[in-house]
Amino acid sequence: MATVELRFSAQPEHVRTARLVAAAVARRAGVDEAVLDEVRLAVGEACSRAVGLHQASSIAAPVHVQLIEDEKQFSIEVGDEAPSGGDSASGAGDGDAESEDEMGLAVISGLVDDVEVSAGENGGLIRMSWPTTPDHPEPVA
Amino acid sequence: MDLSLSTRTVGDRTVVEVGGEIDVYTAPKLREQLVELVNDGSFHLVVDMEGVDFLDSTGLGVLVGGLKRVRAHEGSLRLVCNQERILKIFRITGLTKVFPIHQSVEEAVAATD
Repeated sequence: MATVELRFSAQPEHVRTARLVAAAVARRAGVDEAVLDEVRLAVGEACSRAVGLHQASSIAAPVHVQLIEDEKQFSIEVGDEAPSGGDSASGAGDGDAESEDEMGLAVISGLVDDVEVSAGENGGLIRMSWPTTPDHPEPVA
Repeated sequence: MDLSLSTRTVGDRTVVEVGGEIDVYTAPKLREQLVELVNDGSFHLVVDMEGVDFLDSTGLGVLVGGLKRVRAHEGSLRLVCNQERILKIFRITGLTKVFPIHQSVEEAVAATD
């Protein structure tokens, strides 16, 4: 189960909220301070992309963000409900939007070592993970 | 934090001072500003990013769009940025090869090529 889960309507003004929440949860989970800027940027890129995909396909559903704290890593999953392969069918033909989408993915893959991008009929998912360093090491028994 | 924009003229250059966060929500305002400047005949732009706290790929897209616009008029678009976390985004996307990036407004204004 996610530590913190967010759903927001696919509007650009909410992406900042997602960035702030993700960075706060990542910090608490023990992600290194030096990496928090990357977390903020990567989740922002993933959410911006999802918002763009929803708006391009007129999808009313919210964008879904899961912030997951595991023992040794912190993961963020950003899910959209835009069907894959619909790009040509939507016929937007907006070269700028398309290249922005690619640039967003380029930033994510440049920033995050552990990232998976998947897309299916029911939408896409970007999963990113960072290692965590616990503040309080396990006490020696 | 929102986006702040102010412009001033230095010689034949127009300096656009940007502050705050450039993201998917605020980038359209920067795009409007750049389009307006080019439409008004300012083709040599210096975008001062020293006050920028956050920049994402949408912001990069707007800057690339601005560069295309000024180049159509044989103009220039130079950036001023010393912040490592912002410069990193330009490096990741290979845009350090596309934009002249300067350490100060004075240097950018004086630059010719």
